Amino acid sequence: MTEERHDVVLTVNGTAHPVRVPGRRLLSDALRHDLGLTGTHVGCEHGVCGACTVLVDGRPVRSCLMFAVSAQDSEITTVEGLTGSDGSLGPVQQAFLECHGLQCGFCTPGFLTTITAGLRDNPSPTHEEARDMVAGNLCRCTGYQNIVKAVERAAELARDGAPRVHPADPPEPESGQLAYEERDDDNASTGLGG
Amino acid sequence: MTTKLMGQAVQRVEDQRFLRGQGRYVDDVALGTATLHAAVLRSPHAHARIVDIDVSEVLDVEGVHAVWTYDDLEGPMAEPLPLLIPHPALTHGRTQYALANGEVNYVGEAVAFVVADDRYVAEDAVDRIRVDYELLPPVVGIPAARAAERLVHDDVPGNVGARLEQNVGDARAAIAAAPHRLALDLTVERSACQPMEGRGTVARWDPDLNRLQAWTSTQTSTGVRAAIAVKLGLDLGQVDVITPDVGGGFGVKINHPWPEELLVPLAAKTLGRTVKFTEDRREHFISTAHERGQEQHIEVGFDDDGRLLGLDVEFWHDHGAYTPYGLIVPIITSTQLLGPYKPRSYRVVFESLYTNTVMVTPYRGAGRPQGCYAMERTMDAIASYLGKDRAEVRAANFIQPDEFPYDHGLVFQDGRELEYDSGDYPASLEKLKTLVGWDEFPQFRAEMAAQGRRVGIGLACYVEGTGVGPYEGAHVHIETSGKVKVATGLTTQGQGHATVFAQLVADELGVRFEDVEVVTGDTRRMPYAVGTFASRAAVMSGSAIHLAAKRAKEKVLKIAADALEVDEKDLQIADGVVSVKGAPPDSVGASIDLGTVSVLSNPLRYAFDEASKAATQFQVGDPGKPPVAEDDEPGLEGRDFYSPERATFASGMHAVIVETDPETAEISILKYAVVHDCGNLINPMIVEGQIHGGVAQGVGGALYERMAYDESGQLLNASFMDFLMPYVTEVPDGIDIDHVETPSPLNPLGIKGAGEAGVIPSAAVFAAAIEDAEGIPITAMPISPSDLFALRRSVGQARDQSDAKERP
Repeated sequence: MTEERHDVVLTVNGTAHPVRVPGRRLLSDALRHDLGLTGTHVGCEHGVCGACTVLVDGRPVRSCLMFAVSAQDSEITTVEGLTGSDGSLGPVQQAFLECHGLQCGFCTPGFLTTITAGLRDNPSPTHEEARDMVAGNLCRCTGYQNIVKAVERAAELARDGAPRVHPADPPEPESGQLAYEERDDDNASTGLGG
Repeated sequence: MTTKLMGQAVQRVEDQRFLRGQGRYVDDVALGTATLHAAVLRSPHAHARIVDIDVSEVLDVEGVHAVWTYDDLEGPMAEPLPLLIPHPALTHGRTQYALANGEVNYVGEAVAFVVADDRYVAEDAVDRIRVDYELLPPVVGIPAARAAERLVHDDVPGNVGARLEQNVGDARAAIAAAPHRLALDLTVERSACQPMEGRGTVARWDPDLNRLQAWTSTQTSTGVRAAIAVKLGLDLGQVDVITPDVGGGFGVKINHPWPEELLVPLAAKTLGRTVKFTEDRREHFISTAHERGQEQHIEVGFDDDGRLLGLDVEFWHDHGAYTPYGLIVPIITSTQLLGPYKPRSYRVVFESLYTNTVMVTPYRGAGRPQGCYAMERTMDAIASYLGKDRAEVRAANFIQPDEFPYDHGLVFQDGRELEYDSGDYPASLEKLKTLVGWDEFPQFRAEMAAQGRRVGIGLACYVEGTGVGPYEGAHVHIETSGKVKVATGLTTQGQGHATVFAQLVADELGVRFEDVEVVTGDTRRMPYAVGTFASRAAVMSGSAIHLAAKRAKEKVLKIAADALEVDEKDLQIADGVVSVKGAPPDSVGASIDLGTVSVLSNPLRYAFDEASKAATQFQVGDPGKPPVAEDDEPGLEGRDFYSPERATFASGMHAVIVETDPETAEISILKYAVVHDCGNLINPMIVEGQIHGGVAQGVGGALYERMAYDESGQLLNASFMDFLMPYVTEVPDGIDIDHVETPSPLNPLGIKGAGEAGVIPSAAVFAAAIEDAEGIPITAMPISPSDLFALRRSVGQARDQSDAKERP
């Protein structure tokens, strides 16, 4: 038997991607395997760890709990879309760099998207609110200490007018290029160079 | 002048790609429809014989390419997986097959392997495999294993894989003669590493080159490479293994080869296609290793000051269904148990036991948390018995700073003597007491009690053998651009190696940090390596890289001295430029950049750009001599290896203040303090990050995480919903850290490992603090609010009963 496939247009980081997928294809798999946007990571496939969090119309959503076909008509922002159009790191990304808010980097994209939406709703979180903002995501490396610092630092950077990426207002795509097509640098230290 | 980077909190270079979503983990490799995907049929039973496997319906599924069961395996693939670390005491070692051969011994054991167009289809196909099992009675838990009424393996009597005893002096006689004696029975339950990225392997067979290329999420590329070559009958030179970004390891990815690390290459070679396996979370719970489970019996004799006179420890270690990683975990427990103390006489004996559960291999700390728990619970018991301060009893037993090197007279996990190289335990204890407010705690307790609140304080000390051998190597290459390419063979799973190793090279070579690029875990770049475990990467590869950079520097100075016609001693290197010391900055002929030195190091016949013209045969060299001297080789490179006599011993002490709710028994952390000694720090930001992460994992292990097996061997909590890993809400809000630095005399940088430290004292320190708050002996960890609630009731009932008896 042949599995029925559906034509869907996924609008990700401002770019429309027509794809043909089975009804059961998870949004996380469609982003990663069909669009090549591998910044979204899959840690548990049951909606608990938050590594796969993307923004759907600005709201954090676990992309492992959503079918790709149900993302038609939505604006999706992934970690690749948090970078400024000039290539500079967004405020949350910059804060994670400065505060050593990541180690292995696997859970990081889910934290970055979650905090981006969180700071949009609450640009000046108290310390307790900063902790609360990341309380739905698992990290096994950092013990969260520096992630909480990064939330507070990101709020500071965003207030100080660092390049701000608004998830509901995604950056202009660079002549329709996909992020994965651009990633020819940075590979050496992954062991993939040469 | 270049600033020295050793000891600086340099921001991580690898973060740029991680933060942009451009990291490349195994599942990010080989995207596209040309890649085939694998799924594994796993045993639903803990113990059963396989009567028949029917795969006839599988190939009817559209998109399925192949299915393997044991009967399809040939040659070395049909033999058991390697027993990686044999030991004379491991008299009954057993390992599984890549696919089960007639019997399964845990829920999750691989039975069949399907390759299809995508993972969805592969899982559909797995569902169509019919297996006829004959159920056998399972052995679950240490009491059942010890009772041995049922056997895991028919040919392993008593379920005992190994029994190992070590003695220093006559501990039993010393205890018998001691003025005071105590006995303790303790248990620790299973937990697991649970990296956010599970296991994964991609393999591609290149028919044009006749070679296999594999990417795998491992802690040892060279180990996996050797295993693939042996099992697939390939020459080592036909196999390349690349470890890309790894989403956490914590020990579990040092075990190898996992069945899929062989089956994926086998499928790729057989089908001539790229094949990928990505483990899902449930698979990680039921087919990838656990750790920690032990039962311990301790007898101790001591004097009026609490000084140990004799220590006798017996423990039973649950190693699960198989022993691929040998006895490393229980050997570490048995030796590292001693921590910073002098036992005076010591007997330790363990039995390593089979159960029908997932196998046990090292998890961050690797047996040390259990050893620390045994020793520190004993220290607390001694203090309680004598009515002494717990810190004082520990101090009375410390090895003193002038007693290093200190030889315990035991054999450590690397087969070498357990000899501590350096440390200052009294200084660490003083710092910890200040940091946590040890002496002020009684007043704090009284203030809290006045508010109806219950608090307790605990402390725990440990020593950790880090940087075990046999060796690591490094290759440093200065290119004609002046950029420096560094390779070391061990792998990286979040420790920031690309940053710290670049710091070391920048310091030694006098180049800019930005010009150094580090590659790890690629067997094409460094085929000789061991792996990342035992907090060894900074010590081993850091030292090797330092030595290799030194060699490259020697060559730089030699060539530059010739070119500038000065003595090597008069040269210095800074910011990538070799110059004559004391010469004015712009003086002609007084400096040469490293790129030009690199050009001069490689005599050329062909010029392909302006720079290389300078190195052609009509430009350089003495016509009376060979272009490359007999004792030299072309290129500006340095290669060296570091192989220490023995491990270097880091240490630390943790203290915690907890509050326990008098009604609900909820346990809250009010303060957490760490004093840590890993010798000289390369990057304090990264070291503190490692400590943070270790403490959080320790909180999980002490208060939340356990593997809930039922009596039939089913793991009931095999999901992140039910296995309670800490979120931010469960970890301390702030961890106070102070450092003591006692440099190691064993390596050129004076460093010790730091990766595992944060997790080692957790069970011990929480047990101590909860016991202090509650006044109830805590002998089983982890402890949940429900456990504590039940403990209060049972102790309360026992007290009521004894009160009733005493009443007339």
